[in-house]
Amino acid sequence: MAVKVLIPTALRQYAGNNDTVSVEASNVGEALSSLTSQYPDLKKHLFNNEGKLRNFVNVYVNDDDIRYLSQESTPLKEADVISIVPSIAGGTDNWRR
Amino acid sequence: MAIKISSGHLAEIRKHGEETYPYECCGLLLGKEQAGVKVLQAVRRVENSREDSRHNRYLIPPQEIVRGERYARENGMDVIGFYHSHPDHPARPSGYDLDHAWPWYSYIIVSIEQGKAADLNSWLMQEDRTGFDQEEIIKEG
Repeated sequence: MAVKVLIPTALRQYAGNNDTVSVEASNVGEALSSLTSQYPDLKKHLFNNEGKLRNFVNVYVNDDDIRYLSQESTPLKEADVISIVPSIAGGTDNWRR
Repeated sequence: MAIKISSGHLAEIRKHGEETYPYECCGLLLGKEQAGVKVLQAVRRVENSREDSRHNRYLIPPQEIVRGERYARENGMDVIGFYHSHPDHPARPSGYDLDHAWPWYSYIIVSIEQGKAADLNSWLMQEDRTGFDQEEIIKEG
């Protein structure tokens, strides 16, 4: 089914300067892989070298974080909206002392 | 890429860092990109609610960013970056920050020394994710 992915400002340059991209997918994992096969340059900013979502990258389906749903197997309905949202982590404890 | 910031907004970021000292402050930078320059139009403070958590704590949780993006969109702006303070430490990012950043966003760090704002720098992550470059700050007003 057709769902919309909202692209954060920082990543639009890797997604043809689009703020939203429509993809056909039945779950979140499929939506993300369809997105990154359309726009391969997005991949390294969303996934780490092991192919897992980077830990500061959060994915929401409508208003819900997929971590509290079924992660990347979270099913999608027609017209769902997927948001890709960073969280900003403080790493100071790792380098200060 | 450069970021244009008014003296009022710079003062606001410094003041936030001084207020929360010895803890870090953080917030969102809202504005627009115009002709290859990000123009800061509003600073949105975020409460650092995780001071108790010393390991891998998040300064700005995603829900705050979702709220900030919604507010920005409703007011004709975008999230153009983030700021935080380094109490008694230099205004530069750590290697750890590299794993938690995207290119294009401005990452402003203000150093707060003994409670007073000192250096303030803006950083851009390199496209290949291997480091940060200092971003030019165009001061206006």
